[in-house]
Parts: sequence; C-alpha cells; structure tokens
Amino acid sequence: MDHPRAPWSTVDITVCHQALRKEEAAIGTATVTQPAVELEGITKRFPGVVANRDITMSVAKGHIHAIVGENGAGKSTLMKILYGMQRPDEGDIRIDGKPVSFHTPSDAIAAGIGMVHQHFMLADNLTVLENVILGSEPTKGGVAIDFGSARAKIKEISDAYGLGVEPDTLVEDLGVGARQRVEILKVLYRGARILILDEPTAVLVPQEVDELFDNLRGLVREGLTILFISHKLDEVLKVADAITVIRRGTTVASVEPKSVTARQLAELMVGSELPSPETRESTVTEVVAIAVSGLTVLSADGRKLIDDVSFEIHKGEVLGIAGVEGNGQAELVEAIMGMRPSTGTVRVGLERRAESEEEGTSASEDRDHAGRPASATMSMHDISAWPTLRRREHGIGYIPEDRHRHGLLLEAPLWENRILGHQTQKPNVKGIWIDRKGARADTQRIVFTYDVRTPGIEVAADALSGGNQQKLIVGREMSGDPAVLIASHPTRGVDVGAQAAIWDHLRDARAKGLAVLLISADLDELIGLSDSLKVILRGRIVADVDPANVTPEQLGSAMTGAGEAQ
Amino acid sequence: MNTFLNRLMGRVKLGGLLAVAAPILAIVFAMLITSVVLIAAGKPALDTFGWLIDNGSQPRSIVNIVNLGTTYYLAAVAVAIGFRMNLFNIGVDGQYRLAALISAAVGGAAVLPGVLNIVLVVVVAVAVGGLWAAIAGFLKVRRGVSEVISTIMLNAIATAFGSWLLIEHFGTVNGNAIATTPIPDNAHVPAAAIVPGTQLGINTFVIVAIVVGIAYAVVLSRTRFGFNLRATGRSEPAAVASGVSVKKMVLITMILSGGAAGLIGMPELLGSSFTYNTNFPAGLGFTGIAVALLGRNNAVGMAIGALLFSFLDTSSDILQLHDISPEIVKIMQGAIVLSVIIAYELAHRYRLVAEQRRVSRELLEGAAA
Repeated sequence: MDHPRAPWSTVDITVCHQALRKEEAAIGTATVTQPAVELEGITKRFPGVVANRDITMSVAKGHIHAIVGENGAGKSTLMKILYGMQRPDEGDIRIDGKPVSFHTPSDAIAAGIGMVHQHFMLADNLTVLENVILGSEPTKGGVAIDFGSARAKIKEISDAYGLGVEPDTLVEDLGVGARQRVEILKVLYRGARILILDEPTAVLVPQEVDELFDNLRGLVREGLTILFISHKLDEVLKVADAITVIRRGTTVASVEPKSVTARQLAELMVGSELPSPETRESTVTEVVAIAVSGLTVLSADGRKLIDDVSFEIHKGEVLGIAGVEGNGQAELVEAIMGMRPSTGTVRVGLERRAESEEEGTSASEDRDHAGRPASATMSMHDISAWPTLRRREHGIGYIPEDRHRHGLLLEAPLWENRILGHQTQKPNVKGIWIDRKGARADTQRIVFTYDVRTPGIEVAADALSGGNQQKLIVGREMSGDPAVLIASHPTRGVDVGAQAAIWDHLRDARAKGLAVLLISADLDELIGLSDSLKVILRGRIVADVDPANVTPEQLGSAMTGAGEAQ
Repeated sequence: MNTFLNRLMGRVKLGGLLAVAAPILAIVFAMLITSVVLIAAGKPALDTFGWLIDNGSQPRSIVNIVNLGTTYYLAAVAVAIGFRMNLFNIGVDGQYRLAALISAAVGGAAVLPGVLNIVLVVVVAVAVGGLWAAIAGFLKVRRGVSEVISTIMLNAIATAFGSWLLIEHFGTVNGNAIATTPIPDNAHVPAAAIVPGTQLGINTFVIVAIVVGIAYAVVLSRTRFGFNLRATGRSEPAAVASGVSVKKMVLITMILSGGAAGLIGMPELLGSSFTYNTNFPAGLGFTGIAVALLGRNNAVGMAIGALLFSFLDTSSDILQLHDISPEIVKIMQGAIVLSVIIAYELAHRYRLVAEQRRVSRELLEGAAA
C-alpha cells in the first residue's frame, strides 16, 4: 500500500508520481469510489521464462484500462489469475476494495468478473439465446427452461449497451464481430461488472475493431469496467482511458494515453529497440520450388473451404497469405501437407540432395538423381497423391498453426519431439531402428542454435514455455535443409527476442534458397517478411498485394473484401 | 487443493523412486480396503494375508503362480499393444478363445509331426487372433466404428461362433463334455520340474512369454514403428501432421494385438489340456486389461502385475479352509487396480509439475548467473 487515497494526497505529489496519475484518472468518473480492481504484488512462478513478478496496478471504475506488453510478457497469465483460472503464489487481489481469493472462474464470476476469450467459445449449431444461457439456464417451475425470460433479458442487455444482438439467430450465421458481441453479452448476462477482454482485436479486421471500440465505450458509459489486453499500440491509444505496461512479467509503468506517443509506449513495452521483420533485398530466383494450381478443399457437407487456389513460390521467395483467421488458411496448409483430401495439383521442384537418396524408401524419381552437379535443372513433380510422410521426406517443412495439437508430443522428451515428423530421416533413424544417439545429438544442436531455453533434452516438451516450444519446432523443421517451408504463425505467442531470432533464421534460409509459404495474423510480420502477398477470403485468393507499398490498414480492408487492394 | 498440492510439490523432490513407490503404496492401500471388507465380514484381516502368503510360497504354488502368470502376462501384452496407441481392444477375450479353439482343432488333426505341429498350432492361433481383431480394426478404419463397441460385440459373436464350431465341426462328445480331438503326445510343450520340493513342472511356454515381452519392449521403444505407435497414442493430430498414416497404424496395431491374444490360450492348450473343451479357461482377456493397467503397459511392470494377480488367484484356495470366501481376492484385485491407477495419476501430476518447476528454477538461476 504505497499510495494514499484520501485528503493528504495533495501534499504527497512529489513523493508518489504513479499514484497521482491513478488518482487523476479516477477523478474523471467517480471521485470517492474505490478502484474496481486492485492488484498488489502479484507473483506467479510458472514454467518457462516469463512469470508474473510483483505486479501492482489499480483499475478505476468505469474505465477502459489497457494492459499492454509484448507476446509472452505475462499479460494472459495475469488475466488468468484475475479470472480465477490460476492462483497467484503471492500477492493480493481486491475487487471494489474487498480482498478476494478466487479458486475457480465461478468465484470470479460471482464477484462480477467476466472474461471474453481470444478464441470464442460458442456452439455453432445453437442459437445466440441458447449459447448465452448455456450453463446458467433460467428455469420455469424447476424443470423447464424459461426461454421467454431469457430472451427478454438478452434483448434488454443488448439494447442497454447497444450490442445489436438478435437472440434467435444461429451462431454459425454470424460474422466474427457479431460472435464477439455474443461473447460479451454472455458475460454480461451472468452479471459481470468488470470485463476482461483478452486480445479482442486479434481476430478482427480494422473496420470491425472500430465497431468493437464503439461498443466498449457504450459499456463503460453504463458504469462497467473493462480490462483490455493488447499488444497493438495504436488501438490501445485510441480506446483506453488508462494504460498499464507489462514487461517480462512485471508492471513497468502506468500511463495515460493522452500523455504518451505510440513510440514511447513501444519503448516501454520492449525496453529497447523494436525488432523489425523487414527484409528488403530480394533473394527471389527464377526457379519454382512449389506450384499449387486449382486447389479445392470441400467440407464434410460439400461447402468449398478452399476454392480454386493457385500460386507459385520460387526458391528464395516468401509468399505471405493474409486473411482473417478462419478463411481457409488452415485447410490450405493441411491440403498442401497432404493431411486433408483436396482436388487440384501440388507440384514441387525436385532437386534432391544426397541424403535422401540413401533412404531408398521413396526413390521413385531415380532418373533425377543421375548427376548431382546438375542441381540447376529441376523438374516439377506432381505430389498431389503423395501421403504426408513422403511430402515431408522430399523436403517440405511444416510449422503447424497449433503447436500443441499438431507440432509436439507434449509428454515426450525433447529429443523424441525432434524425431516427430522426421521419423524416416537421418539422424533420427537407422533403417527401422530409432537412432537415439543421433537424435539426441541433433536435438542438442537445435537447442543450442535456436536458443531453446531448457535445462536439457530429456525434459518433456510440456515443461517448456510456448516460445521455447516454438523455437524447437522451427529448429526441427529447418533441419535437413528443407526446400519448402509451410509456416503457419511461426512466431505466435513467442517473446520478442525469440521472434527476432525466428525471423533471422527464416531470412537466412530464404537467402539460401528456401521457399516459404507464410501464414500469419500479424500483418506487420506478413508485410515485413513476404516478397509477395496474397489475400485469402472465404477460401478464395481475392487479391495480390505488393508488400513493399501496402499499409496494414489497406491490407486489412482487402482482408474483409471491403476495398480492392492494388 | 491446488495450493496444498503445490506446497507439497514444491518441497518434494521426485526421482525415479516415485514410479516404484506409487504402486507399492497403492497395494498397501488396497490391502487396507480389503481388511475393512474382511473385518466387516467378521474375518481376521491380518491372518488372512498371512495364510495367503504362506500358501503362496509353497513350492507347488510357486509353479502354479508362474504358469498362470505366463498366461496373464500374454493377455496383458496383447491388451497393452492396443493401449499404447489409445486403442482399447476389449476383444482380447474373444480373440484368444476363438484362436485356441481353431488351433486346437488343427493340432488335433496332426497334419504335421511333433515340434512342427506345435509351431503350426501357434501360427494358426496367432493368425486367427489377428484376423478376428482385424475385423474391429477394419470397421474402425473404414466406418469409424469405435473399437470398444465392436470388440465387445465380437466377443459375443466369438462365443456363439465358437460353440457352433465346437458342436457342429470340431468337437466330439464324451460323456456330457464336448472337446476337440486331443493334440498327440509328440506335440506337447514340456514342463520343467525345476522348482525343488514339487513334481509339478513349469510350462516351458514361459520362454515364449518372455520373448514376447522383450520384443514388445524393444519394438515400442527402439523402432520407427514403435515410435509411430507411441506418437499416435500420445497425440493423433500430431502423428498425422508428422506423416503417420493413422488408419494403417490402427489396422496393424489391432492385428498385432489380436495376434498376441492368440498366444494366450497356448500354455493351457499345449501344456496341460491338449484339447479345447467347454472348460477351457475364459475371461483371461479381462484379466489382461487389469494387468496391463496395473503394469502401466510396461513390459516389466506387467510381468510383476501378472505374477501378483496369479499369486492372489492361486493362493486364495487356502482361504476356504478358514471359511473365508476366496472371492475376497477379487475384491483385492479390483482395489489394487483402482488404487494403482489413482496413484500413478497422482505421481504423474506430481512429476509434471515438479519438472516444470525444475525447468523454471534452473532457467532463473541460469539467467541470474
């Protein structure tokens, strides 16, 4: 308790700068009320590099309070603590001045805290009404669900806060922005007065972001308090009433949006110069490494998830695919990797090196190996019918979107994870046998080269932080000099240093002739790393964009199909 | 609860000892439960355990324990092959019974002489078990039918189909029993009377069981196939992304599991009954599930589990003399399996959190240095 709250605060100005700022912030809405949320000395020791350490902050009632920090700075952990999903090892939480201790999210909900997750948790085949009441159904006479009163209540909330949610639409018919409003309504329905929004804009395009911000302003006008987690500074400056900056797990500053520039905020966040994904000198060659044409993927019910997609990537080229998540990126990647049935053709330029020849398992293109020096002549091979394994054997690396589901065996040690996806390749195997020594030695190499922070290669992948898991995956997929790399969100959830390192590795490999298909939600990353960009919308490529002269805003509007990008 | 565990875990250092301590504690706990039942029934608990150990350590019992344990072990391995891939082959029971029946009929026909006949019987048993299991594998791969459901149904079908084969084709009626033609003397697996103090011999099929156990361990942990199998068991999406053809793995694993199941009836068929009849032991597939759970699908662990179960089953006979129902050991077996699973789960969580703590601590120290 370092900051005074009552009369003598005027005398204390010089002593306590930060506290004063908070006081000022509070004056705007309510003069004598308690802060809605106070956190003091929150510490959470946690596997991996970033833990929450001595976090202290105060959120005034009726404010949109932004918490900013780089990926991996500890924002999400902090919010999980506040929402009762994790318990702090040390520190106090006070809601409206009352100390609380949450064991589960239900405790937090009972205290009036609601959380809108980054990834929506809605059942597509239910209506808005059903989704909202799911888990807290009002009953009539003890048994039957009282839809009538629920509908009335939803209407009332929706009107009061201007959310414009229709209770009887099916969720699957709603767009991303509307789904988010349903999520917000869901927590309001449960009586939340303090809303936590975890990276709410990550899945939205700029236009939808503006709508969201209007909604948020409406909510605070009605007296609600919003905790807004983000690492997008321009958005934060636009909407927040107060900003707390988190770096390496601890609060480094509390500032007012009016008194800082985006530049200053960025410096506070990173603590040093921002890494940049820029890569300008072109290494693109004439040689096509992978050519996709007419690729179409159908859903189980016959909808086109990917509709006639065609592109070529040359050696030394990074092709970025921009699009709002869920527009077919995942399906595109899985089709190219042979994990999902598709029509159309995928061809790769085969110029296989000596190592894979020794395999003998899949040396069906023997005639290509006639002369090793003739590497300049590559012939295209249709791999559309190949299974995933064979594609990987022939030099297609794959950084999956969801590393926990597709990239790792969480309970297996790191060296076994090194083998995953490369179980027919050296140095992991000798014939039918696993080469434990070879795999271990190569894992050691990856840990060293890619700076995977781990005490050893025998620990389970589960014990590493997300960023370090990702570095291991990137290192693995870059092993054995792949010809093509399919990279889905290669730096998602990775801390700043690791992000810069991964970008460096991608750039180096690209300079040596790697062809990269880059899928990312981070528009700066896309624009910075890509040699060419395509925009995907509802499974179709709708625009070609030159990354050299496009702004994230232009790209964003192309992603919604709002405007024609050049 | 979480903080309690956390506090506890922060201080407890976990080594490989935990893997041994957990099942031992679980067995002690199961004995406590059994004692409660015994006392409730008005029987002396401590004495009961004493009688069991006394009887179980007789030379004669030791031979029986090893012989029964061999059968249990083969059953456990058959189940464990599927378990390692998250494939629940509940149909081991039907697979081994059908395999034993058909191979008994083939052996009885004596188309090959002596040792060759033994080999033929075993090969037929493995093939029948594998084929019967393949039906469930095929249904899962092609139609997405859960192997749990299909193998349970196939057990029932195997029972009916087996009765029909026995009555209509392979069996001859002898009094009120019906049995296949006995396998000729020259094709019997010999018993080795190596335990002093008894003339009973250990069924040399135990060697096959040991070889199967070693092969199981080596294939799983040292080969590409084993890696793919374990990877699929740990995370199917990750296995798919890594290029494993899960459908192929399901089919192969199911066939391997069924093939191993085919061996279960062999010690009995080739070592003591020499014929398949209506008294042929049934239900071994379910014992195998319990033993596989008990041994955590580990080759050595399952051997210990199999011996523990066969010890309980073998020495329980003595309890009748003391007017205690021998079924008390069934209660104990059930309690052991349940408490071992819980103990392993707790140990697993302890270890995971401990490891995460160790990693972050070492990294913090590393950062400070």
